Amino acid sequence: MCGFVREEKKEHVIMGKTIAQKIFDIHLVDRPTPDTYVLRLDAVFCHEITTPIAINDLIARGKDRVFDPKKIKAVIDHVTPAKDGNTAAQGKILRDWARRHGIDDFFDIGRNGVCHALFPEKGFVRPGFTIIMGDSHTCTHGAFGAFAAGVGTTDLEVGILKGVCAFRSPTTMKVTINGALPAGVFAKDVILSIIGRIGVNGATDKVIEFGGPAVSLMSMEERMTLCNMAVEAGATCGICAPDKTTVEYLWPFIQEEFTTPQEALEAYARFEPDADAVYDQILTHDVSNLTPQATFGFKPDNIKPVADMAGTLVDQVYIGSCTNGRIEDLRIAAQVLKGQTVHPRVRGIVSPATPKVYAQALEEGILQIFMQAGFCVTNPTCGACLGMSNGVLAEGEVCAATTNRNFNGRMGKGGMVHLMSPATAAATAVAGSIVNSGLFKG
Amino acid sequence: MKPFNGQVLFLDRSDINTDEIIPARYLTEISKEALKPHLLEDLSLEEFDPRADISDKRAVITRSNFGCGSSREHAPWALEVNGIHVVIAQSFARIFRQNMFNCGMLAIELPGTIIDQLFNRFAGRTAEIELDFNNGRLKVKNQEQEEIVPFVISDFDRSLVEAGGWVDFADKHY
Ligand code: SF4
Repeated sequence: MCGFVREEKKEHVIMGKTIAQKIFDIHLVDRPTPDTYVLRLDAVFCHEITTPIAINDLIARGKDRVFDPKKIKAVIDHVTPAKDGNTAAQGKILRDWARRHGIDDFFDIGRNGVCHALFPEKGFVRPGFTIIMGDSHTCTHGAFGAFAAGVGTTDLEVGILKGVCAFRSPTTMKVTINGALPAGVFAKDVILSIIGRIGVNGATDKVIEFGGPAVSLMSMEERMTLCNMAVEAGATCGICAPDKTTVEYLWPFIQEEFTTPQEALEAYARFEPDADAVYDQILTHDVSNLTPQATFGFKPDNIKPVADMAGTLVDQVYIGSCTNGRIEDLRIAAQVLKGQTVHPRVRGIVSPATPKVYAQALEEGILQIFMQAGFCVTNPTCGACLGMSNGVLAEGEVCAATTNRNFNGRMGKGGMVHLMSPATAAATAVAGSIVNSGLFKG
Repeated sequence: MKPFNGQVLFLDRSDINTDEIIPARYLTEISKEALKPHLLEDLSLEEFDPRADISDKRAVITRSNFGCGSSREHAPWALEVNGIHVVIAQSFARIFRQNMFNCGMLAIELPGTIIDQLFNRFAGRTAEIELDFNNGRLKVKNQEQEEIVPFVISDFDRSLVEAGGWVDFADKHY
C-alpha cells in the first residue's frame, strides 16, 4: 500500500515506484473505490479448461464478443489429444470460438504446448504488459517485466469481453537474490528455498519483485521457473526487471519496433524499479551455499534438502510442465541421463513443453538420450502435472516431478508428488529413489 | 443477492487448497451442477466425511489462506451448487477471494482471535449463522449461546455482491 497511499495524499511529491506500480500507472482505467484498480489489459491468454465456461456464459448473456481478437491468445494444452467426450467438447468450444472471432493466435494440436512456455516463446509477452489468464501460473510471464496474474473464469470472461481486470493495490515484496548458484543447483532450487522460507501464505496479495545479482545472471528460462512458482507463496505475480537478457530473448520479435537492442533496452528501462521505490517487505536471500531442494509433503513450502530425503522410493519420474519443461531443463536432465538407464521399478515420462522445445530436443539428440534411458516421450501437454492425463498416479504411488504443485491428489487420488529440479528428477529416475544428481558436487 | 444464512461447516485447518475443494479430475465438467457431489472430496482433515458433513451446510468457517493454489472458479462453484455462499476465514488466497465476489458470493476475513473464539465456542456442534449484509454484522449461534461479530468488506466487493457479480458490473461501467 505504502507507495500509493502517500502518492494520494501529496500528489505533487514524486515517490519512488516499484515495477508493478509503474505498470499500474500507465494501465489505469478506473478506481471505483480507493483500493480497486481497474486496468486495461494488453493480452488475455486462454486455455481449454477455464475458458469454455466463460464462453458459454457470454453466449448465455447474449454477449458473445471479444474486446480485441489480436490481444487474445488461446491454446489447448491441458488435455491434448482429447482423452474423452468431455475434454473433446472443451477443445471444441475453444476452437469454434477462436474461429468465430478471428483469433489468429490459436494453437491446436500439432502446434500446441503448455501455455506458459508457448506464449513467451511466441513473443507474446513484453515488458510493461498487463496479462491475465484463467490459470494460476500466469505469474510466470512476470519474468519479462510484465504484470501477469492468474484469475478465475469470471475475471477471464470480463477480460475477454472488455479488456479490463480489477486488482487491489500492487503491494510489493522485494526479494533480492545474492550470490552465484553452485554447480548443480538451479532456479527451481532457489524458488523452492524461498517458498520454504516465506511459506505458502508468505506473499498473499503481493507482487514478488525478484532482483539481485543471481537474477541478473539467470536466463529467461530460469527467470520463468522462478516467477512460475511465485503463486505457490500466494503471490499475485512474480516479476523481474527487464534487462539485456530480456531484450536478447525478445529481439526476434521486436526488431521492427527498435533499430538496435540498445534502443529497446533504453525504452524498457522505464519498467525498472526506482532506487527509492517503496516496498511492503524486503527479503534478501543468499544462494551461494544453496543445495538442491525437494518437497516432502502436500504443501509447496514443505521443503528439505534433497540429501535429507535420499532413499525415498519413487514409482514415477515426470519431467515437464510450465515450471521445468523448457529446452534448458531437458538439456540438464539429458546431461544426467546420458548413458544411464531408468531404474527398473520406475516409469520415466518426459513432456517437452512446446513443439519448438520438442524439435530442438530432437535435433540436439536429447530425446534419444531420454529414450535410450527408458523414458517415455509424450507430446507437449500439461498431462500428468495436474493428474488429468498422460501419467496419472495410482493410489499410494510416489512421483518425483519437475512440476510446481504437490497438493494431495494433484497427480491422481492418493498419490504423493515430490517437487524438484530436472537434474534431481533425472538422477532419481536412475537411482529409483530420491538422490542428488552428479552435477551437484556439494 | 444470494442467501447467506444457515448451518455452519467448521474446517479446522489452514491452507486448504483448491485441489482439495474440487480436484482437477472434475475440471472437465462443463456444468456447475456436476461438481456438487465432489466438494471437498480430497480434503485432508481427520474425521472429515465430505458427504455426511457437507449436507445442509450453508456457510464455512475456517482458518487462514483458504483457497490457495489453482485459479479454478470451480472451487466457489462447487460451494455454490451445495448452497454454501459464504466462507469466513482468517485470510484467503487472492484468486479464490476474488472469484467468490465475482460470483456474487462472500469471502469474509476476520481476525485470528475471533476465528479462534468461534471455533472454541461453536465447532463440533450444530451452529448457524445469520448475516446482516447491510450493517456488516454476522451472528453465530447454537441453542445455548450466540456471538455477534462485525465484519468489513471493501466497497467494491460490496457492489459486486449487490450487482450479482463482476460481469454485470463491468459491462455496465466499462
Ligand atoms: S503444466 Fe501444470 S501448472 Fe503448468 S499450466 Fe499446465 S497444469 Fe498448470
